[in-house]
Amino acid sequence: MSHATGVRYLKEGMLPHMWCSGCGIGVMLGAMLRAFEELGYRNADTVVVTGIGCTGKADDYLVTHALHTTHGRALAYATGIKAFNPKLHVVVLMGDGDSVTIGGNHFIHAARRNIDLTAIIINNFNYGMTGGQVSATTPGGRYTSTTSWGNPERDFDICALAEVAGANYVARETPYHGWEMKELIKEALNKKGFSLVEVFSPCPTHFGKNNEMRQTREMLDWLKEKGLPVEQYRKLSVAEQENHFAIGKLVDRDATDFNTRYEEIRARATAL
Amino acid sequence: MNELFKKGRETLGREVRLIQGNQAMSEGAIYAGARFFAGYPITPSSEIAEDCSKVMLKVGGVYMQMEDEIASIAAVIGASLAGAKAFTATSGPGFSLMQENLGVAVMGEVPCVVINVQRRGPSTGLSTKPAQGDIMQLRWGRHGDQSVIALCPATVSECFAMTVTAFNFAEKFRVPVIVAPDEIVAHMRETFSLPEPGEVEVIDRKKPSGSPKDYKPFVADADGVAPLAAYGSEYVFHVSSSMHGPDGYSNNDPANAAWRVAQLHRKIEMHRDEIVITKNFATEDADVLMIAFGATTRASRAAALELRKQGIKAGVLQLITLWPFADREVATLADKVKTVIVPEMNYSGQVAGEVQRVLGSGADIRRVNSYNGEVITPQEIRRVIS
Ligand SMILES: Cc1ncc(C[n+]2csc(CCOP(=O)(O)OP(=O)(O)O)c2C)c(N)n1
Ligand code: SF4
Ligand SMILES: [Mg+2]
Repeated sequence: MSHATGVRYLKEGMLPHMWCSGCGIGVMLGAMLRAFEELGYRNADTVVVTGIGCTGKADDYLVTHALHTTHGRALAYATGIKAFNPKLHVVVLMGDGDSVTIGGNHFIHAARRNIDLTAIIINNFNYGMTGGQVSATTPGGRYTSTTSWGNPERDFDICALAEVAGANYVARETPYHGWEMKELIKEALNKKGFSLVEVFSPCPTHFGKNNEMRQTREMLDWLKEKGLPVEQYRKLSVAEQENHFAIGKLVDRDATDFNTRYEEIRARATAL
Repeated sequence: MNELFKKGRETLGREVRLIQGNQAMSEGAIYAGARFFAGYPITPSSEIAEDCSKVMLKVGGVYMQMEDEIASIAAVIGASLAGAKAFTATSGPGFSLMQENLGVAVMGEVPCVVINVQRRGPSTGLSTKPAQGDIMQLRWGRHGDQSVIALCPATVSECFAMTVTAFNFAEKFRVPVIVAPDEIVAHMRETFSLPEPGEVEVIDRKKPSGSPKDYKPFVADADGVAPLAAYGSEYVFHVSSSMHGPDGYSNNDPANAAWRVAQLHRKIEMHRDEIVITKNFATEDADVLMIAFGATTRASRAAALELRKQGIKAGVLQLITLWPFADREVATLADKVKTVIVPEMNYSGQVAGEVQRVLGSGADIRRVNSYNGEVITPQEIRRVIS
């Protein structure tokens, strides 16, 4: 059996890409494109919406429909697209700054509406594009270019946030597990309602450099060691959990999505 | 059935209703083919959202109340690229929040309409009171170097007509168009009869033809505007807030940037005569010219009638299009009169400043300003003559 490559969605002449060696964004993009291919997505039926940041640059390499938006607002743009044309596959690529720092409001509301979008978030614990400043996902105490003596603030758990806000599907993975990531993205794409795949991702250039993981693979090794399959993670004591994070599928449910609910209300309105 | 309805039926063969400016704008939008509204409630524009929330469901469209105005204009742009005629309605604070994303519509040449009902600021200000304080924000509210179109109705009928025109301009020129009545016009009730379908021209965006693989969403035709496909069509395309080439992909080349920026301005300059809409009242023989827009048009017309009774030949130039500014129309008329008066509901004389720019720094322009949340009366305008 031949394996999906995702090449049919790649723009000719745009490679090599702009990302640093050791960055996790390319692995995510590869997994996403293979997922598209395995699901038989047509380029013309697929819209990729991006925010601003290293992650937000991804649309430049694609030959699907695409909308490159503003910092933090990608989900709101995607909401308009999907609400008007529910037949489209709408996928939203964002950084941690994009999705839950400047764009946190849109994130919780997209999940609350349970609109049928798939959000893929590259969480590299800092602002890669602008030089490694602190983000709402930088763990407390960690060093960034704007927390030189350690981060005084606490970090968001993006997956937990999505769960309580109402997302139908939530998963987390690392670029160490490219094949599993592809499988999770496929599930997320297939899920009706709001789905999220968070990718804990190395940014050796900034977060790695500022936190004694300067070599390209050190951050990847760190993520590999800390990430435990969710079943294993849930068996740990609370104290042990502090030192790890769960990977795999965290939430899977089937609450009615926005567009379906809207059509139900429309039927009521037009019956009168 | 009330008298008004009956009279309308008899004389026009159709119903005449007493409706509000805001309602006329939502009806104008639906008439123009708008099928997507996303907004966030704010006085004095909320009636538009309320109307749309009811009617969109019935006409096969979508209404969404978003989490804020940033999201509202974003959703409007997304829906427009998915093929909808889309719009939002807001006022001061909400309009400020929309600016960054409105810039995306400029950069990506995405047709959309924003209704900004002007209320008295600054900041939260007097939320239920009228003003004309956003004139410069309409034009320059977004960072960067960009152009949009802004229209300002003065009557309920104009609210309807100018909303249809706003969609027509947005679709034809792939540009955001802002309709900016003041609170008086938006909340005023006047008689109105809805035109039949086909009675008022409705324009749809140009669609691409030819081979999808050759489609370039930013290569303009001779009219300065490129055809626009819809997401989901075989014409797969990219739209970007970043500087992009003819195909919509990132492009950092200086020559490309110069071409793009100039193109965004030029398409509006090219069609300037079509876009700039003004109305003249008794200007042929006028010695005194009032240059007015929105609610001040009404006070100016009343003032002109009074002045004529006193033997002073007064007339009014109504600016319906605020941006691009009616330089030529202002210059031509002002040349023939002795006195120019610009009444406006702001302290800073935002339109008076433009008129001064057109007529030169030496020109004697009499300003009448109100900035207390109250209207300008005909008496206040007349006073500057005597
Ligand atoms: C409104 C606004 N504020 C600030 C910026 C500058 N900016 C660009 S990207 C970015 C942060 C990117 O971080 P993240 O979203 O985590 O993406 P990454 O680069 O890490 O993939 C910032 C602050 C901007 N473009 N727009
Ligand atoms: S700066 Fe960080 S996030 Fe950006 S490309 Fe480099 S490694 Fe990746
Ligand atoms: Mg980041």
